[in-house]
Amino acid sequence: MTRETLLWARNLQVHRGGAQVLEVAALDLRSGEVLALMGPNGAGKSTLMLTLAGLLPPTAGELHFRDTRLQSRADRDAFRRRMTMVFQDPLLFDTTVAQNIASGLTLHGVPAAERTPRVEEWARRLGLGGLLDRSAKHLSGGEAQRTALARAFVLRPDILFLDEPFSSLDAQARESLIDDLGRLLAETGVTAVLSTHDQGEAARLAHRLAIMQEGRIVQMGGLREVMNHPEDPFVAAFVGMETLLKGQVVTCREGLVSLRLRKGPVDHEVLALGEAQPGQTVLVGVRPEHVALSLQTDNTSSVRNAFPGAVTKVIPRGPFFKIELDCGFFLAAYVTAQSLSELGLQPGRSVVASFKATSVHLIRKEGLDSEL
Amino acid sequence: MDLIWEGLRKALELLLTLDPEVLRITLLSLKVSGIATLLSVVLGLGLAVSVALNDFPGKRLVIALLNTGMGLPPVVVGLFVTVLLWRNGPLGFLGILYTPLAIILAQAVIATPIIAGLGLAALQHLPPGLRLQILTLGATRPQMVWLLLKEARLPLLAAVMAGFGGVISEVGASIMVGGNLKGSTRVLTTATVMETSRGNFEVAFALSFILLVLAFSVNALLTHLQQRSRPR
Repeated sequence: MTRETLLWARNLQVHRGGAQVLEVAALDLRSGEVLALMGPNGAGKSTLMLTLAGLLPPTAGELHFRDTRLQSRADRDAFRRRMTMVFQDPLLFDTTVAQNIASGLTLHGVPAAERTPRVEEWARRLGLGGLLDRSAKHLSGGEAQRTALARAFVLRPDILFLDEPFSSLDAQARESLIDDLGRLLAETGVTAVLSTHDQGEAARLAHRLAIMQEGRIVQMGGLREVMNHPEDPFVAAFVGMETLLKGQVVTCREGLVSLRLRKGPVDHEVLALGEAQPGQTVLVGVRPEHVALSLQTDNTSSVRNAFPGAVTKVIPRGPFFKIELDCGFFLAAYVTAQSLSELGLQPGRSVVASFKATSVHLIRKEGLDSEL
Repeated sequence: MDLIWEGLRKALELLLTLDPEVLRITLLSLKVSGIATLLSVVLGLGLAVSVALNDFPGKRLVIALLNTGMGLPPVVVGLFVTVLLWRNGPLGFLGILYTPLAIILAQAVIATPIIAGLGLAALQHLPPGLRLQILTLGATRPQMVWLLLKEARLPLLAAVMAGFGGVISEVGASIMVGGNLKGSTRVLTTATVMETSRGNFEVAFALSFILLVLAFSVNALLTHLQQRSRPR
């Protein structure tokens, strides 16, 4: 599926205090996609996001929104009205929840009669229905960030920028908000840029990943491509913690989901823990340390997933090796040096990869499309 | 002790009979200090906003100067304004020395740094990301400034109160640039000084009492505005 490129940047550079803090050769944001900028603190995620949002003029380079090159202040001001941003801190105004959600609409000059139903709709969609008249100062962290998200979504932006929106929330509020945001991103199909240092967040929300280190994008690609095939040790340490597989739910019984992976000529069936509806497309993850390799199938084992395949790549990773396999679909496994020599693992070697159904976890059910 | 009771009795009498001279002095005080405060709100908040929202070399020096200006001694201001407005001074051609306008000018010089300094502190206390957040909600620059002022409204009203309190109660500048002329530049503080020096303590008490009530009423009004704007 080809999609319109909404925002694109070439040779962006940002200098601060004489030092270069950002250098991005090329970045394209396609309509309807969620792009996650990932990296450790200080990698330049926020700087890149502020630059893409037109809030930080780059020292050099070009930024284009649709057919306009964002060059003058007037261009950036016009662009500012087509996008919006949610920060780590909710940054609510000292007034009611309803007036907070309406604040952007008021600034955009939307008449009051049109504001009210839109505010009520988005309060409901973010579970704030009963809090509209509450003072924003008296909200919990999760409620405050939901208000900030409602204030952003209600504007129907062309691009939604999310700068570490979950980082200051406690674990419980964070989980439910990630679920709801994933659903809303899928329902609205809004183009979004998310910055995060958490690979779980990115895996649950993004279609594409850009991994950043020291102000540069070190790898950019589809979610599964980057997660499954990190190009260098830094990216691997940051994201390569599990193999992502996409499949369609065949059955779901007693918390055990059976999925069909459609890759290559044969269908493969994988068993996973979780709840899903038959027919739903889901994304599951398997950690390489949970994948065991053997030379033949062991029928007496409790392992529910076993796939014959061939080794495609052996990558040394310090005390162990990462083995990439082609089982009709991609799979990665970690083995020790001893196993490597005992099993004679090298590219082309036929092995059986197995992992327990309890090692496969459901990552997401929403917002999956053909690009993923 | 008798003196105090006598003073309070006289004060009540002057108040209750609405003594025309006292009424005129009181209204002039209110008018002069009120206009001076309004001028200072415009100048002081303008200064606070431009310092808070812009980065420029010497910003720290400007902030230090503003903070020092918050403690400007009224007599020093009186001296400088007198010299400026003196017949042969640079602004002598205006011919406003010893008029209420001169007092307004001097009091604005006193209150502007107070409102600018406290206003700047109020704006700098807002979350640093708020400006960007307001811009990403589609605000123009004037809209952004307005929203920031609205967010800081509680400490800003406190700054206005401090400015008004500073000028309604000062005497040094008023007497130097106004001259305490009966019927034209006599205000509550300068009249109090004069009556005390003449030994008319009961009149001095009466004027002081009125001054206190005036300061209290204006601040009570501003406090009411400040607290009312708090959401539940």
